[in-house]
Amino acid sequence: MTRSGRAAAGVVSTLVLATALAGCGSAGSDADTLTVYSAQHESLVRTMLEDFTEETGIELEFRDANDSELANQIIEEGEASPADVFLTENSPAIGVLDREGLLAPLEQSTLDQVGEAYRPSSGNWVGFAARSTALIYNPSEIPEEELPASMLDLADPAWEGRVAIAAGGADFQAIVSAVLALEGEDATREWLAGLQRNAEIYASNTAIMKAVDEGEVPVGITYHYYWFRDQAENGLIGDDARLHYFGNQDPGAFVSVSGAGVLASSDKKEQAQRLVAYLTAAKAQEQLAGSKALEYAVGTGTASASDLPPLEELGAPVVDPGGLDAPKVTELMQEAGLL
Amino acid sequence: MLRPRVGELLWNTTRLVLGTVAVCAVLGVGAAWLVERSSVPGRRLWHVLLVAPLAVPAFVNSYAWISLLPGLDTYAGALLVVSLSYFPFVYLPAVAAFRGLDPALEETARGLGLSGWAVFRRVQLPQLRVAVLGGSLLVALHLLAEFGALQMLRYPTFTTAIYDQYRSTFNGPGATMLAGVLVLLCLLLLLAELRLRGSRGYAGSGRGAARPVRPVALRGWTAPALLVLAALVGLALLVPLGSLAYWLGSGASAGLDGADLAVTTGSTLALAAAAAALTTAMALPVGWLAVRARGRIATLLERAAYVGSSVPGIVVALALVTLSIRATPWLYQTVPVLLAAYAILFLPRAIVTVRAAVEQSPPLYDDVAASLGSSGADRLRRVTLPLLAPGLGAGAALVFLAVVTELTATLLLAPTGTATLATAFWSASSALEYGAAAPYALVMVLLSAPATVLLSRDTRRGLTP
Repeated sequence: MTRSGRAAAGVVSTLVLATALAGCGSAGSDADTLTVYSAQHESLVRTMLEDFTEETGIELEFRDANDSELANQIIEEGEASPADVFLTENSPAIGVLDREGLLAPLEQSTLDQVGEAYRPSSGNWVGFAARSTALIYNPSEIPEEELPASMLDLADPAWEGRVAIAAGGADFQAIVSAVLALEGEDATREWLAGLQRNAEIYASNTAIMKAVDEGEVPVGITYHYYWFRDQAENGLIGDDARLHYFGNQDPGAFVSVSGAGVLASSDKKEQAQRLVAYLTAAKAQEQLAGSKALEYAVGTGTASASDLPPLEELGAPVVDPGGLDAPKVTELMQEAGLL
Repeated sequence: MLRPRVGELLWNTTRLVLGTVAVCAVLGVGAAWLVERSSVPGRRLWHVLLVAPLAVPAFVNSYAWISLLPGLDTYAGALLVVSLSYFPFVYLPAVAAFRGLDPALEETARGLGLSGWAVFRRVQLPQLRVAVLGGSLLVALHLLAEFGALQMLRYPTFTTAIYDQYRSTFNGPGATMLAGVLVLLCLLLLLAELRLRGSRGYAGSGRGAARPVRPVALRGWTAPALLVLAALVGLALLVPLGSLAYWLGSGASAGLDGADLAVTTGSTLALAAAAAALTTAMALPVGWLAVRARGRIATLLERAAYVGSSVPGIVVALALVTLSIRATPWLYQTVPVLLAAYAILFLPRAIVTVRAAVEQSPPLYDDVAASLGSSGADRLRRVTLPLLAPGLGAGAALVFLAVVTELTATLLLAPTGTATLATAFWSASSALEYGAAAPYALVMVLLSAPATVLLSRDTRRGLTP
């Protein structure tokens, strides 16, 4: 072979190899592989489903991203969506799919595994975990007695530059959807306008915890488990921060439900139903309760991690998890300039 | 509806671009003068050290700074971090321009009684204009497209806001509208650069003989000059590398998953190799036509490719998401779409080097081969391609490196379950798991280092198209 011939052969074989290797990453379409679009924390979902493949022979492939991103992606994909199961961090995103008619009804036996407060009346999806809204604060920056009575007070001018939120994240957007459901559109618009002036925007709840811990900002709106998880790991990030629960049915005591649903467009509905049933059954729920995730279990009869204050003592407002309006929240937040 | 937000983003983006371009121009030209025209000791070493920051991707630099100093999330912090990442874009063409200056002009000016400062301002600076403008344009375009570095510094610009919109609405109208404004800004920049460059030429009547210039003696200024260079290199290179080393230490204690790192590195290399091969293959006919078949169509073809590089990755990715989901749903979320994005974004880098290679290989050889009865295909294989091989290799290497550190398009388009070094680094560092992110950053820096060495050697080619 001539020198140039060898070079050409080298180039061609590299190309073929590279394409073959790159192709390895693309989605498999085996009969027994479910594609799961998951917005819940990777570690939590993987822990709960640890033994699923071994017990059922069904392989799982995850696409991990944000609640609203995945929900809107499924809507765009429509009939062609590769997703079989959708797992959310918060319920507004899965509610959007329900209203669009993109979810298949779940089996009654699956629904019955979860308390009624943690699933929608439609029966097209079901909660598999829950988390409580909380205010994280730094006691050396602000004493506990100066904390606001309601989360809505954080829109007052007195809080200018003193409250942290993760506006781009699905968690905060879920909290806004609860404010919208409880207080109505005008009050929500006013609250968001106040926050636009007052809030320091962070990229995530972990970033908020770190900022509060270091005294960059005295308080932040977050979910309970970020702090508990950090405490369990010896307070690596948030050892100086504390949690404050609003209680009293305040919008700031909102409990957000993580939802699981089967896509109507899936051609593996049977396996997908098994996955959702597995996720809400006692074994996976106990695995959640026993894990370091420190979110609340919602299976009837499963007690949550003992480190957490009992869910029913948090004074959460009554909100229909199926009635939260994600598109309206996006619109209001864009209007306020928070997105 | 979005007007207040757009106004805020416009203000943020504009002041960061203006500030960074100004700082980079001062740092780049100043450092280039010291290295090329002054008597500062260790000029060769300084040159390599001043190009080296290019091996540290901006988002890794940003991570290194913010993980050490969380208070950097301000305008000044963003200005500092991105300037340290981008000043070599001005430094490199400025060095090349200093080298190309005819010393006779300066000597004449000095002979006519101009002071050293006046010679710099009235003789050298005007001749550096094209190089500095080219470098500044590159800084500005990179900045408009920058996502990772600014998101980590909590400094919102159009690109980070588009990503937030994408996370909240997939590709809703809000994201598309912001992307439209961003593309408009990029086009404005290109136009402004063309305008500013003007038509005044500074070419001499004859090239003159290249000869070494006698450096300006710094005398008492030697120590301050060394101090300034050391500070610049320390901030731009030692801080990120030191921070990386620190987090690598704590990452190892947190338990490094070697298998994960290996798999991720493997898929990154495979993607980068495929993209490099594809993009170079596409650049070959364009570069060839631009030299050998000069004409309106060839020029149009070449220029059209450049538009892609001025459009931020997030915009290209957003467009490909929409296109593939509507027109070719079976291709959606697959490797070919991701490769197409890389090709659109990095084609100009390959074209520049391929074009230079074609220019350097005389058509005579092809003619001789043809006269000896070689067929077209045979000629391509035996004469043309071997002659172009170094240029093709360089082009492929540039694309390869760009893909290794690409973040936004990969985040949006990667197939389910595929992680690259950049996305794995990103997910760990945005969860503030700095130790876990460090190994991925290190591999990216190591992969980028060889190309940086090449760049520091071949200054004349520079980075600008």
